[in-house]
Amino acid sequence: MSQFTITIDGREVEAKAGQTILEAAEEAGIYIPRLCHKPGLEPFGGCRVCTVTANGRPCSACTQPAAPGMIVMNETEQVKDFRKTLVEMMFVEGNHFCMFCEKSGNCELQAMGYRMGIDVPRFPFLFPKRNVDASHPDILVDHNRCILCARCIRTSRDVDGKQVFDFVGRGANKRVAVRSGTRLADSDADVSDAAVEACPVGALLKKRVGYATPIGERLYDKAPIGSEIENGEES
Amino acid sequence: MSTSNGMKRVVIEPVTRVEGHGKVTILLDDQGQVHQARLHIVEFRGFERFIQGRPFWEMPVAVQRLCGICPVSHHLCAAKAVDRIVGGENLTPTAMKMRRLMHYGQMFQSHALHFFHLASPDLLFGFGSDVAQRNVLGVAAAHPELAKQGILMRKYGQEVIRLTAGKKVHGTGAIPGGINKNLSIEERDFLLEDLDQMVAWAEGALKIAKDYTVENLDAVAGFGSFDSNHMSLVRADGAMDLYDGVLRAVDKDGNVIFDGVDQQDYLDVISEEVRPWSYMKFPFIKSIGPENGWYRVGPLSRINACDFIDTPLAETARQDFMSLTDGKPNNITMAYHWARMIEVVHSIEKIKELLHDEDLQGENLVVKGKGRREAVAILEAPRGTLFHHYKVGEDDLVEQANLIVSTTSNNEPMNRAVEGVAREYLSGQEITEGLLNHVEVAIRAYDPCLSCATHAMGRMPLVIDLVDADGNLLDRKGKDTGDAC
Repeated sequence: MSQFTITIDGREVEAKAGQTILEAAEEAGIYIPRLCHKPGLEPFGGCRVCTVTANGRPCSACTQPAAPGMIVMNETEQVKDFRKTLVEMMFVEGNHFCMFCEKSGNCELQAMGYRMGIDVPRFPFLFPKRNVDASHPDILVDHNRCILCARCIRTSRDVDGKQVFDFVGRGANKRVAVRSGTRLADSDADVSDAAVEACPVGALLKKRVGYATPIGERLYDKAPIGSEIENGEES
Repeated sequence: MSTSNGMKRVVIEPVTRVEGHGKVTILLDDQGQVHQARLHIVEFRGFERFIQGRPFWEMPVAVQRLCGICPVSHHLCAAKAVDRIVGGENLTPTAMKMRRLMHYGQMFQSHALHFFHLASPDLLFGFGSDVAQRNVLGVAAAHPELAKQGILMRKYGQEVIRLTAGKKVHGTGAIPGGINKNLSIEERDFLLEDLDQMVAWAEGALKIAKDYTVENLDAVAGFGSFDSNHMSLVRADGAMDLYDGVLRAVDKDGNVIFDGVDQQDYLDVISEEVRPWSYMKFPFIKSIGPENGWYRVGPLSRINACDFIDTPLAETARQDFMSLTDGKPNNITMAYHWARMIEVVHSIEKIKELLHDEDLQGENLVVKGKGRREAVAILEAPRGTLFHHYKVGEDDLVEQANLIVSTTSNNEPMNRAVEGVAREYLSGQEITEGLLNHVEVAIRAYDPCLSCATHAMGRMPLVIDLVDADGNLLDRKGKDTGDAC
């Protein structure tokens, strides 16, 4: 029972007890798209971009444990369209201006958009009014770009041991807030915190770094997101 | 469309073969005499407002988005300003030369685009010639070698930009206090391959522009022309300098109005007037006042204002140019084309000089020092003097911005050119497309960037309505959007 077989898109894949579908797929060189998942953090299942079907039922691959004989579908048109829809909704519900965002080229959301072939979202842009918290001397929080993946919240709590961030609000009003006050400057956040590096988009940034990496040398300039898993490279 | 005083109004909308959207309105009285003619800028962009609250290091990449033709100018001007914010204005040799290379590449491609694609149909076929031919496709059919040169010169400039900024349009090369890459040996050698050809073609374009002006001097000397002040940056020793320097303004006779003005002090010498009928402001020289203090900028003014050019081919061409007016400023509007091609030659000479400089392969890219919270930067963009002025809060966010783009400085001159040509060519005439193109020719001489990033050349609709005092449509001259114009 410690090792068993599942199938992903008809291919037999070895899995270990306790592994999620996403982890088993990754070991086999199969990329399942994801945004909130980050190695080293507990599975969260928040963004749902890793949705697959397991034995015909949709589930998030980052939280669903693999089980013997499980039939997983990752690359069907239905699953791909479902994920693409989710990513498109992320683009329209925030203010993602890739053209001048310093995270461009290193942004997982942007890279996901390219990988999924999103030319233009099919939904109307909401253009929400969101604020920028530049109170901290070395860290910038730009809520316009936040996708509520909770990576900063979880990394601060579980890796940094600080609990700088948390969610407040419900539904469309949900947002990341600073636990200790209204501004990041009021917290014990430090630029060396792992949380600052955890953001997949340009919502949490080290100040004054900007565009130091030239175009052509940024993370996703040379290969699409996920290719490091598909090519068996260390991520 | 009717006017309260019984005038008839002719509207040219949009003005074609310029960057962006604008319109011209011409008021005719009962005898068909031109009463008033104005150039209106109909787009509102609001960059100064919506960059407020953004981090200062975003400025070079964000603000360049207000233009698709000369974004490098905004990129570098904003970078020069944020250099001062981080105390990094004394760039390393590698950073300074990479930025200059980027800028000369920009000047080369923008001027080539304007001369070959936008202006040459008027010069080659005549202002009132058949509209079906008077476009870039007509040039390609009648003068294929010339059209090819125009395309490849623009491409070369774009390659220079790509290798310095990372992309041909809207790159990220200039960062606060420096540059994010140097030029590799392979990249340098790639640019050296076609360099001599580019120099030769630039000289050819200069000859065309010069010959056109000299051979048609009787016709062009008075066309939309008027005496004016001229302003530009010059190097401290009076040389033409497109990237940096001090402000100098001269009057129509070449007398110095101000000189050696530090960029940080531009508000001591320049002010802006708002007029209710245009989204563009009207800058003027403070010491003269709004009535007569307007000035021209751009290639013509740069040649007029500088004492010399520090590259040999362009300096010879400058002397040739100035001899036409006995060394006094040249106030002929159509001479902008000739001046522009002198700058094309100067830019490619500068590119050549830089490509042979080993500093471009240096590794020391960024400097920082004691920062400040307010900074001004001025740079000579293809269309003229460009001002960026930022105030930054303690939290690093931009609190206030003021941008004076070159076309803004040329607002009053373009309006004067429009009115002059309209009075001379349209008064008492039956309005035809060919006659109206004369008005557009005068505007095109300034190569205005009326807004930005409009790449619809050759597909723009042109509609002119003639309306009586009761708003009745008397006549309409138009072309559908499928026509080249």
